[in-house]
Amino acid sequence: MTYSEKIKDVIGESEVALFMKGTPEFVMCGNSDRALRALRRAGAPVTAVDILPDPQIRQDLSAISGWPTIPQVFVKGELVGGADIVEELEASGELERTLRDRLGEEYAAARREQTISLT
Amino acid sequence: MTTQPLRALLEGAFPDATELDVVDRTGGGDHFQVVVTAPSLVGLSLVEQHRRVYEALAAPLADGTIHELRIKTKGSV
Repeated sequence: MTYSEKIKDVIGESEVALFMKGTPEFVMCGNSDRALRALRRAGAPVTAVDILPDPQIRQDLSAISGWPTIPQVFVKGELVGGADIVEELEASGELERTLRDRLGEEYAAARREQTISLT
Repeated sequence: MTTQPLRALLEGAFPDATELDVVDRTGGGDHFQVVVTAPSLVGLSLVEQHRRVYEALAAPLADGTIHELRIKTKGSV
């Protein structure tokens, strides 16, 4: 599988996909950290993907999303935004509303967080 | 890069802006904070609003002049 195919799979199959620099256990960028923290505050079931292992991952991701920067957050296949938007939506309560609408009322119950490697 | 070229690009993309600000967050000329409030952003989602900013700053983003960009947009008069 190409990176593009793997990326599309992750976006399409994850409730909440976070493409970031590093992993939730070892975040390599302040903006990725801001997005991750906002998602955690909202109780989002995050599937994290580290884009750093190969520069091609980031190139292919931005070609798919049309979004030039990292991190990128998708909910049910749809781009929600980067760190600024996710923080803003979390602060206003809109992120939780979006998660409830798209994932169901009980979305936060499982509190699961997983990391997927594309390499 | 100073904030002036970025401001000029944004002024070209948002001629109707009621608020437009570019701040060099670290003084190093590559970490910027951009604020845009404009009537032309009304009715757009935050993703669409930020896309407009990315489009305006596509060149300095692509050539690495902008290493990090924080964006705050609002659609209002």
